Amino acid sequence: MVTVKDVEHIAKLARLEFSEEEKQKFTHQLNRILEYVEKLNQLDTATVEPLSHVIDLQNRMRDDVVRPGLTAEEALMNAPAKTDKFFKVPKTVKGEEGG
Amino acid sequence: MSQHRPYEPVIGLEVHAQLLTRSKAFCSCSTEFGNDPNSNVCPVCLGLPGVLPVLNARVVEFVIRMGLATHCTIARKSVFARKNYFYPDLPKGYQISQYEDPICTDGFVEIELEDGSKKNIGITRIHMEEDAGKSIHDLDVDTLVDVNRCGVPLIEIVSKPDLRSPHEAYQYLSAMKQIVTYLGICDGNMEEGSLRCDANVSVRPVGSVTLGTKTELKNLNSFRFVEKALQYEINRQIALLESGGQVVQETLLWNPDQGVAIPMRSKEEAHDYRYFPEPDLVPVLVPEEQIESVRKTLPEFPMARRDRYIAEYSLPKYDADILTESRDLAEYFEATVRALKRRNPETAKMASNWTMTDVLRVVRERHIEIRDFPIQPERLAGMIDLIADGTISSKIAKDLFEEMLASGDHPGIIVKAKGLVQVSDEGAIERAVAEVLEKNPEQVLKYKSGKHQVFGYFVGETMKIMKGKANPKLVNDILKKKLES
Repeated sequence: MVTVKDVEHIAKLARLEFSEEEKQKFTHQLNRILEYVEKLNQLDTATVEPLSHVIDLQNRMRDDVVRPGLTAEEALMNAPAKTDKFFKVPKTVKGEEGG
Repeated sequence: MSQHRPYEPVIGLEVHAQLLTRSKAFCSCSTEFGNDPNSNVCPVCLGLPGVLPVLNARVVEFVIRMGLATHCTIARKSVFARKNYFYPDLPKGYQISQYEDPICTDGFVEIELEDGSKKNIGITRIHMEEDAGKSIHDLDVDTLVDVNRCGVPLIEIVSKPDLRSPHEAYQYLSAMKQIVTYLGICDGNMEEGSLRCDANVSVRPVGSVTLGTKTELKNLNSFRFVEKALQYEINRQIALLESGGQVVQETLLWNPDQGVAIPMRSKEEAHDYRYFPEPDLVPVLVPEEQIESVRKTLPEFPMARRDRYIAEYSLPKYDADILTESRDLAEYFEATVRALKRRNPETAKMASNWTMTDVLRVVRERHIEIRDFPIQPERLAGMIDLIADGTISSKIAKDLFEEMLASGDHPGIIVKAKGLVQVSDEGAIERAVAEVLEKNPEQVLKYKSGKHQVFGYFVGETMKIMKGKANPKLVNDILKKKLES
């Protein structure tokens, strides 16, 4: 069972903010989705390999060759905040999140 | 803190090694270090919508090399995963890594303990992943982001909690550096961030088989810090337990300037990475033939090489340790020995001495790499041949070495051109000795009255007359004979 608390947790991880009303709605929707997926448990999958990819391809690789990409000017073109060479973001303290 | 506390530390290390590929892991951008900010970028590593990553084949080859070198099992099928977290230096909002199916598992690395014995440190897994960009925080208001490093391939090597002291951790890290540089897959430079280290540390009463609560120690990014930081954390945990407290599972950041580990203000959610298989990258299958063909390219490793030097060339362990420290140095030494006309323990030792002292001295003075050292191994061998067959003395060889450094000429040519050939003509030396003794009757009396330290003076004077070219052994023999007759 997904609870409002789970929704709040996932929202926080995704940096999203919801109203109380929305939280209720998403809790309900997420539970319905999980119920639907639960139907799969009616099947016996003991002999089925876990599937990570739906297309039957392997080993698509490239040679280790450098090709030109974008210039710094192009890369920064759509940035909401920038200096002449850098993306500018609100001040963060290293190590507060992630790793 | 007393030394006999009944606690033992349990340490496991996570080492990240930046791979020496030309292009990034999942796009064709350059991995070159030091370019202008945000100039090695493309839509893929910038995380723009709608792009697809394509794996660099060399990343797979390099990680297989590392896996084989550390006795791992290479997975026939391995899968990439997304590790989800938000941080400005990770534009996609997830890092492509491996989770459930890493490419290498269950290996070990041999390290040497302080008493000279050897110990195997287990390796849980080695997986492929991508590096993040760089945030610059030194500003008042904003953080600046450079995405150049984003997508540069890394391997993460996770050890088992087999390390029992900070020194063992240091030895393990040194072994890692040696292996990655021998393999040519990483430059091994901790100070510049190509090799990084985090540690999991806990303590437990000696004899206990259960593990204590661990902390994660980050930012051990210098060989100088590692032992100090680990010892600090071990002491902190023991003091905490001794005073009736408990270790809290948390992440600490080592601050090398203050010499303390500071807890990171990490929220619990930060470790909720919600891994799932990366749908944009298909599984990597490694056929047996590929494993075998990579295996054939593996170099001989430091410890094996060192043991061989001791057995084959009768070198002291000290020499063998220094010579095998880097692959380049070991190969320089071996090429020198191979080029010797007379190969025996004596000339091999000479090659070792010249390599360890004079070659390394110049390399350090000039801040160059061994491979850029101006005297080719064949030329150094030529010089050692000249010493071994008595053509020149070791003393003359020192001058010859400098000449070779300057001109790059063949030693034989320089010896002829500069007249450096050693004089082994006994008659000529005897005449010089006679002259010296005649000129210094007082010193001769001193010697005969037992003050043997004046002997060096006679040698020096004789050499002066001989312009430094006399065979020193003959000078010694003849002087001794004359003085003691």
